[in-house]
Amino acid sequence: MTVPVIPIEHVLALAAALFVMGLVGVLVRRNVIFLLMSLEIMMNACGLAFIAAGAKWGQPDGQIMFMLILALAAAEVAVALGLVLQLERRFDSLDIDTAGEMSG
Amino acid sequence: MALALFYIAAAVALASTVLVITRRNAAHALIYLVVSLLSIAVIFFLLGAPFAAALEIVIYAGAIVVLFLFVVMMLNLGRRSAERERLWLRPGMWIGPAILVGVLLLEMLYVIVLDAPGTTRGAVVGPKEVGTALFGPYLLAVELAAMLLLAALIGAYHLGRRYLGDRREELS
Amino acid sequence: MDLLMLVPLAPLAGALILLLTEGRLDKRIVGVVGAGSVGLAAVFAFVVGLEFQRSGLASHTYAMWTWMEVGGFAPAIRLYLDGLSLVMMGVITGVGFLIHLYATGYMWDEEGYSRFFAYMNLFVFAMLMLVLGDNLLVLFLGWEGVGLCSYLLIGFFHTEPENGYAARKAFVVTRVGDTAMLLGLFLLFREFGTIDISAAMAGAQEAWPEGSSTATLIALLLLGGAVGKSAQVPLQTWLPDAMAGPTPVSALIHAATMVTAGVYLIARTHDLFLLSPEARFVVVCVGLVTLFISAFTALVQRDIKRVLAYSTMSQIGYMFFALGVGAWSAAIFHLMTHAFFKALLFLASGSVILALHHEQDMFRMGGLWRKMPLAFWSMLIGSLALAALPLTSGFYSKDAILLTSFDYAWGGPFFWAAAAAAAFVTALYTTRMMLITFFGESKTEPHDHSGINMKGPLVVLAALAVGGGWFGLSPVGSVLPDGGLSAQDHTSAVALATMAAPILGILVGLLFFSGRVDRERLANSRVGDVLGRFWFGGWGFDRLYDRLFVAPFVWLARVNKPDAVDFVYRGTVVVMRRLHQVVALTQTGRLRWYAVNMAVGLAVVFLLAGVL
Repeated sequence: MTVPVIPIEHVLALAAALFVMGLVGVLVRRNVIFLLMSLEIMMNACGLAFIAAGAKWGQPDGQIMFMLILALAAAEVAVALGLVLQLERRFDSLDIDTAGEMSG
Repeated sequence: MALALFYIAAAVALASTVLVITRRNAAHALIYLVVSLLSIAVIFFLLGAPFAAALEIVIYAGAIVVLFLFVVMMLNLGRRSAERERLWLRPGMWIGPAILVGVLLLEMLYVIVLDAPGTTRGAVVGPKEVGTALFGPYLLAVELAAMLLLAALIGAYHLGRRYLGDRREELS
Repeated sequence: MDLLMLVPLAPLAGALILLLTEGRLDKRIVGVVGAGSVGLAAVFAFVVGLEFQRSGLASHTYAMWTWMEVGGFAPAIRLYLDGLSLVMMGVITGVGFLIHLYATGYMWDEEGYSRFFAYMNLFVFAMLMLVLGDNLLVLFLGWEGVGLCSYLLIGFFHTEPENGYAARKAFVVTRVGDTAMLLGLFLLFREFGTIDISAAMAGAQEAWPEGSSTATLIALLLLGGAVGKSAQVPLQTWLPDAMAGPTPVSALIHAATMVTAGVYLIARTHDLFLLSPEARFVVVCVGLVTLFISAFTALVQRDIKRVLAYSTMSQIGYMFFALGVGAWSAAIFHLMTHAFFKALLFLASGSVILALHHEQDMFRMGGLWRKMPLAFWSMLIGSLALAALPLTSGFYSKDAILLTSFDYAWGGPFFWAAAAAAAFVTALYTTRMMLITFFGESKTEPHDHSGINMKGPLVVLAALAVGGGWFGLSPVGSVLPDGGLSAQDHTSAVALATMAAPILGILVGLLFFSGRVDRERLANSRVGDVLGRFWFGGWGFDRLYDRLFVAPFVWLARVNKPDAVDFVYRGTVVVMRRLHQVVALTQTGRLRWYAVNMAVGLAVVFLLAGVL
């Protein structure tokens, strides 16, 4: 099977664009669900950058890093969604700023 | 032709991601997120990483997003929630983060171009090679990931209990 | 001789059992474990001793394990058996067992029965490590171990604040000596790079000529440790107060074993002292001064245990005196006989004290000789041995010391005369103690219900106090430089005078204290009054040290109440806390605010990466 030769800076630029979009989401949205989605976007962008690097050298390491990111994302989502449920129960709100009273 | 596929997929990914972060309805946003993830899976495929592409679809678009959907349904985020989002998402709020993030993006692009990294090899790195590397030099990382997932499992179980930390309610 | 290892391990096991069960065991079992473990050690020690004597070896080393290994420094836990440690081991386990047995009865009604035996067993273990240790580190470990047990046992009745005070005093005062000793050990290590005692001693003999100043310095530092532990002038003030502990403790620790550790130390490092006549002269002086001071102090005490405590100090003074004048074997011999008769005296006085419901004032006893015959006879035998009446064990050892001192190169006759005079005083206060305690009119009615476990040890110790000196002390001859006890000519004028001194003392004492001389008038005369009070307070050492050390220290502490040194550190804390408060302002608890910060940070990092 043949795959095209792609300029690596284009892939990385895409990854960067996706990353900053995720970041905008984190900064703007107050709803925790959206916040988490934005985080997923950012992590996914990182994964894309790793895959691109792996593709540049034709080595499997990039994909392995992506898989580790995947494991991290799965773990993070599991815990974070549990926290979301607790937040909803405790504060009856999904506003991330209501958790601000936990500052110390 | 295949190169054009990359740019199309990239455009779709960018567009759907923009939609993810701007939607008021969480369920809609999640669907766009799936679209974004699928188009990135296409890009993975084009980058010669079919295994990663499969994982992207199965685990990201499949498992993780479905998990999100379950939570969204459990919390019953309906019209009331969308109204609240309208209150929270005033247009003025976008300006500050957009400037900050724009600067960051420009910087990143500058750094990327500065390094002149060249192109991809155009070769496929199949699941076999990935597996060999994963259970060879990366064995320790696999163990660590396994431990992380176990910890997450226990953590999620603990956090998911109905009345966390309130024994009296639990007993009654 | 592999049983040697079991000798210290038996009491250690006993201590561990008693400590770990925290007093949940039945009292009978506690007694069996507590006394039995030491008894077992005594049996092992006996077997080992027989084997050792039969083997004819000069010394035997039993390696247990290497403690640690750092660079070239590898102190081993090794047991070293020679004539000297054999005698010490025998005294510790033998007399120790008898005292433990006695204590099973004496302590029966006391709170903390199990705790008591745990400490006692631990003490026996530490003491055995002290005398069996083959290097200075193990010796020091045992040395501090017995100090700790002494502290714990003096303060055994911890509900009384004075007992805690006495325990602390003993601990702190001995610590002064221990510091000196530790410095000495460091110096030895620096000079020879080894902590092995025999190696260091051999090195010292090779490296230094006689009269070497380094040898003198180290010998004096070691002497400091010995002085602290053995309650000699100037660190003697803790021993009388140590009598706050239960009487068996006084018998075991503060009469028979621990306080003689200093004597053991000097005997063990005798090569060093042989190199330094000056240090030996200091030893003689320390011994003699202690001997005198404490003998006179014992003459005016009211508390029977304090009399015995001062008498212990004075007898250990004899031992130091003997070490200094070169009567090495006689010193160890006296150590042994003293362990017998002083343990006997303490245990007998303990019987009296117990029967009188913890009455220790002699002037409230009296007339007990008919009512407590066993206590009386054992006390009498112990007293005669203490006074060194011919044919008792104390006579043989003291006689050997005095006769050797006459030949001491630096003023032998003078020292002999002084020591003989002190023997006279010893006989005098012993007679006084016996007369006041057991004769005269009865003032308190005794309730003696001691069992066989208390009476047995008294009988055995009484037998040892009489006969313990008949056979001499052959094992130490191969270790100590004077080659064992030398035969004395008992017909010379010096020998006769030496023999006569205690007899004279007893006669004078009988005359003086049985009421034929008007004692009241003497005590109330100005000189008598002042002297009596001066002696009663132990020659004012406590008050002197209070003025000299305690008062300035307390003053310094009061002046330094705001703690000048801490000022810098507290200032640092204040500055840090202020800075924290500033930084804490960024901790808003708003997640998105943190995200913004991270994004800005990221932008800055990229800026740096792009520009640089």
